[in-house]
Amino acid sequence: MKRNIVIIGGGIAGMEAARALLDLGHTPILVEASKMLGGHVAFWHRLFPDMSSAKNLVGRLETEIAGSRILLNTKVLSLNRLADGYSLKLSNGSVVNASVLLISTGFSLFDARKKEEYGYGIYDRVITNSDLEAWFSGKRDARVPDNPESVGFVHCVGSRDLKACNAQCSKVCCATAIKQAIELKECFPYAKVYCFYMDLRFFGKKYEDFYINAQRDYGIRFIRGRVSEVGETIDGRLQLKAEDTLSGKPLKVQLDLLVLMSGIVKNDSIRELADMAGIETDSDGFLRSIDNEYAVIESNRPGIFYAGACTGPKTVPETVAEARSAALAIHSYLEKL
Amino acid sequence: MLCKMIYEGKQKIWSEYQKDIPDDKWYYVRSCIRQNFFPASEKMFTEITRNVLGKDIYETPHHTTCGGIAYHCDTIPQETAMTIVARQFALMTEAGYENYCPSCITSFGNYAEILETWRQYPELEAKIRENLWKACRREFEKPRHLAHSSDLIYHWRNEIAAKARHKLVNAGTGEPLRIVEHIGCHYAKMFPSKGVGGAEYPYVLAGMIESWGGQVVDYPERRHCCGYGFRQYHVKANRSYSLSNTYKKFESMEPFHPDAIVTNCPGCPYFLDRWQYVIAEQMGKTYGENGFGIPVLTYEEMAGLVLGYDPWDLGLQLHQVAVEPLLDKMGVKYDPSAKYLGLNCEDIMRPELPGSIKCF
Amino acid sequence: MTDFGFTLSRSSTLDLQRVDEERFEQLCKLEKGASVCIGCGSCSATCPAGALSGMSLRKILLAVQRGQEVRTMLQCCMLCGKCTMVCPRGINTRNLILSICSIYD
Repeated sequence: MKRNIVIIGGGIAGMEAARALLDLGHTPILVEASKMLGGHVAFWHRLFPDMSSAKNLVGRLETEIAGSRILLNTKVLSLNRLADGYSLKLSNGSVVNASVLLISTGFSLFDARKKEEYGYGIYDRVITNSDLEAWFSGKRDARVPDNPESVGFVHCVGSRDLKACNAQCSKVCCATAIKQAIELKECFPYAKVYCFYMDLRFFGKKYEDFYINAQRDYGIRFIRGRVSEVGETIDGRLQLKAEDTLSGKPLKVQLDLLVLMSGIVKNDSIRELADMAGIETDSDGFLRSIDNEYAVIESNRPGIFYAGACTGPKTVPETVAEARSAALAIHSYLEKL
Repeated sequence: MLCKMIYEGKQKIWSEYQKDIPDDKWYYVRSCIRQNFFPASEKMFTEITRNVLGKDIYETPHHTTCGGIAYHCDTIPQETAMTIVARQFALMTEAGYENYCPSCITSFGNYAEILETWRQYPELEAKIRENLWKACRREFEKPRHLAHSSDLIYHWRNEIAAKARHKLVNAGTGEPLRIVEHIGCHYAKMFPSKGVGGAEYPYVLAGMIESWGGQVVDYPERRHCCGYGFRQYHVKANRSYSLSNTYKKFESMEPFHPDAIVTNCPGCPYFLDRWQYVIAEQMGKTYGENGFGIPVLTYEEMAGLVLGYDPWDLGLQLHQVAVEPLLDKMGVKYDPSAKYLGLNCEDIMRPELPGSIKCF
Repeated sequence: MTDFGFTLSRSSTLDLQRVDEERFEQLCKLEKGASVCIGCGSCSATCPAGALSGMSLRKILLAVQRGQEVRTMLQCCMLCGKCTMVCPRGINTRNLILSICSIYD
């Protein structure tokens, strides 16, 4: 058994846990299904609230975990429970036995096409938060016009939406919307930028400052009302319907670009992994922790720990904190074996 | 598509909302009002399906209203509507049919709603079965398939295209005609999965338009209600809402210069047609070319034109908005002097023509 | 024109694009705080004129943002300063009100 630690999922949760475990004298095996490390963050441009570079964060972590065994393009095909640990069959043909598993499989971004009324994939000028982030990183996107007069952000796309099978708040989208609205305003200072929201949830450190900045320094307009329908005009602009709930009137507006804040939903592959490992999923579809107050990183199985958004929507600092906490918990678990 | 939107995106949605439509043996029930509004449409449906396509379409004179209008106007409780519907199903069962096809959109919605309610509350279904037995000693099987008559025409659209005498194409220029499709609210808004193409981008009429050579116009207020909304039109004090909703749609479609509008609901074509006259009277505004309105057709009338039926046999002379500009574009031959000749060449009299909107 | 006994209803829909934002932009220059309102309603809840006259600073500010008329409501303000005390965003509501008055004068 050699007291192996296998980390499943090489996003920032898995990477930070690997880094902390290396620090504690372990050599974890990091299994990542895709061809690169960093997960969703690797595709993000800048992070809130400090606008720091996502690439730098992922790059730094990559350097720091060079001492661990990293298996890219590798999936867990099957997972067997042994008396004193777990046996994993990997897609690279190898079998690894481990005393400890750290699940850091993260989340999936809600598929915005499912909200048909917003016309993602149908109207040319509708993009998602993820598309916009890629555009900020320099990827060309014909859907982003050269000089938009007006841009809208729709909060809660696939979040807090029973029809989208996700009743939960995705936590990060309000702050992301403001971050992106500010960045867009920096690119197009003359554009009118509207945020359509149900509630604004700025719970994190400095998020409220971010909001005030957006209002005061960037003139971003916040409309409390959920967009109910998007159509396309003859000149290819978008026409939105919402309610201006603060004035109690229906509202319409034409926009040159609409950004959908796709929410955080459970990683689709999680169910299979949970079944193989004998761990449970919660009513929200994410992995079930022993409790949601004191033991979020612990599963119902000995030797299986969680870090990051596999248990629910998390911000970057929360994910990083959980990863360190999981590394420490794993360290003491192994000490006691 | 007369718009910049991404066609593949729509196709993906359409592929997700396909329903199983059996190819034959349908029990057909007419609408309460369509024969008054568009007298030849239901006749054309049976004509095309039976005589052109050779399908088994069964009707019985014992069929009554489904109660949908009264239910939607809040004048009868749902249980009463359910018992009426149970009797229709009993008639279908007695005739030996399993596939139920209403001609009315509100009926279709009513049937879909009742079947879904019974699925969720079987005890209610049991109660309705008891009501029906007490009332008229009938029993019923639930339909195996429920499809609106526009679903059937959609299903057979390519067979109709193969027999087409005219295309939805401007015979002079060869350009496809720009057609607005308007779907009755009760078709899929309540149950998106029950409609071909779903509720946001329904394909049922768009499919016909494409198959018959036309171009679908997607304008911002495409999904907006025509404004009929029983309680709105039927109560005179509320008629402003009805008119204003139609006005909103016309204002939104105006820049696209549609050649025609096609609908699949009893009320929508009536109001999209008649309100054009009222808007012209009140606002002095018309939406067609040269002071005409935009012709509004039912899908049966459109199918009839495509198949080469005489426009006056299709009842198009009973429309408020003159259809002649559309007939001319399509290259449909018609006899202007026969417009107001009814069955057996009997003179059905000429209507008084308004000055505000051009008519023939 | 034929009298049908009914006519088009006036739509109450607010067309954001046609909103005249000039006054609001002017206001933001005179009082920076105008842009940071979160519509919480503290000002209106505590306003002594509110319950008696329909005066609501929250509504007034929203109306300025939407390019609408505010004079009638504004006249009911007594400049007591209670709204300044309760505003969680620390908006100088006194200056806000006086600035709106000067713009709408």
